[in-house]
Amino acid sequence: MSKDIGKLLQKNKKHILEDWMTRQLADATLREDLMSNEELREQSNELLNALLKNITDHTIDTQSAAFDEVNEIISGISISRARQGFTPRETGIYVFSLKDALQKSLEGEIKNDPQLLYDSSIQVNKMMDDLGIMTFETFIKGREEVILRQTSEITEISTPVIQVWEGILALPIIGTLDSARTQVVMENLLQEIVETGSTIAILDISGVPAVDSLVAQHLIKTVAATRLMGAECIISGIRPEIAQTIVHLGIDLSNIVTKASLASALKYSFGLLQIQVKKSPNKV
Amino acid sequence: MKLVLNKDVMSIEKEQDVVPFRNRVKEYAVKIGMSLVNQTKLITAASELVRNMLKYGGGGVTIIEVISQGRDNGIRLVFQDKGPGIKDISLAMKDGYSSGKSLGIGLPGAKRLVNEFDIKSTLGEGTTVSIIKWKNG
Ligand SMILES: Nc1ncnc2c1ncn2[C@@H]1O[C@H](COP(=O)(O)OP(=O)(O)OP(=O)(O)O)[C@@H](O)[C@H]1O
Ligand SMILES: [Mg+2]
Repeated sequence: MSKDIGKLLQKNKKHILEDWMTRQLADATLREDLMSNEELREQSNELLNALLKNITDHTIDTQSAAFDEVNEIISGISISRARQGFTPRETGIYVFSLKDALQKSLEGEIKNDPQLLYDSSIQVNKMMDDLGIMTFETFIKGREEVILRQTSEITEISTPVIQVWEGILALPIIGTLDSARTQVVMENLLQEIVETGSTIAILDISGVPAVDSLVAQHLIKTVAATRLMGAECIISGIRPEIAQTIVHLGIDLSNIVTKASLASALKYSFGLLQIQVKKSPNKV
Repeated sequence: MKLVLNKDVMSIEKEQDVVPFRNRVKEYAVKIGMSLVNQTKLITAASELVRNMLKYGGGGVTIIEVISQGRDNGIRLVFQDKGPGIKDISLAMKDGYSSGKSLGIGLPGAKRLVNEFDIKSTLGEGTTVSIIKWKNG
């Protein structure tokens, strides 16, 4: 792109902005409920300023450092739009309607040099397509960040170790027990056994949807590790359908103390620790 | 005669594909009104076969079908991989046999959990396992 084209567009900035705004306001996807027209104009003006400032080179490279400012503004716009509830399509139209406005301006200014008009149109189009793609990438990246954060939060919060009594720990497991989860569960449990000096750990699997051979193996390993620490490990929360499935599948849990509910596991633990829980005969 | 009422295909390439696949199977089982015990048996069998496909077959494709025969409805699952295949199927079907230092109950256990179980394997070409669990089976 020759410097003249950059200057030419720069000179026509006002017109381009007006044309772009008209196109945006005319579009059926305009979201006046999410953003006022003044705000939209301000945002558009900022982007156009940054963009035209950088169209001075012979070639336009949206990956170059010169475009950092533009890229930053575009990313900011698409992320904030994603959060505000704009669809990717609406954000896409925002960028692509600028392409139309720029194209119109080129056509108006370069009347008698078809080759130049062709070359500069191609370049402007390519640049705007790149920026359009970037809005989608940013949009998706924003979403992915949220998902990643939630995933790690879930792994963290879903493996709490609770001291239910002096010497008794309970660990409710919710969801699937894959290798990564088992590692976290085991580490947390062994750590807590040391810290609290507990001698009994109850693994409650009420929240585990299915016990296949992999989950069973992870459970067996966790029980073995707990025993190595000198503590007894009880598995509770075995629902009737899980019990039937385990038997048919052929998993042998006969070496492990299992209970139907956390309550019965607790009762069993009291027995082991020779603790008696009694109703007081008189009101205190 | 077995009629196919609905068909769904899912490709399994990584560990993260297992849970969504199991959930899809569960959805169909719930939809046809399968009892909780049968649902759990089916999902557990599916879990075993899909894990084998990942571990030994390098991933593959699963087909989930709702089928009907006479008055009974059921779910048919097919697990297809293009892995190395199984040399001795009757050995692989034995309780406790594992080439991967595991419990070796995946295949025989899955067979016990469902109503129909079919396994075909060709060395160097791959393995296909197909199971059916009837709603009231
Ligand atoms: N899709 C497959 N492709 C190739 N070989 C397989 C396949 N599925 C199973 N096998 C072979 O059959 C053996 C038995 O499978 P099975 O699922 O019963 O046991 P496992 O997977 O080794 O252990 P477990 O399932 O109890 O963790 C496997 O060890 C493996 O050698
Ligand atoms: Mg297996």
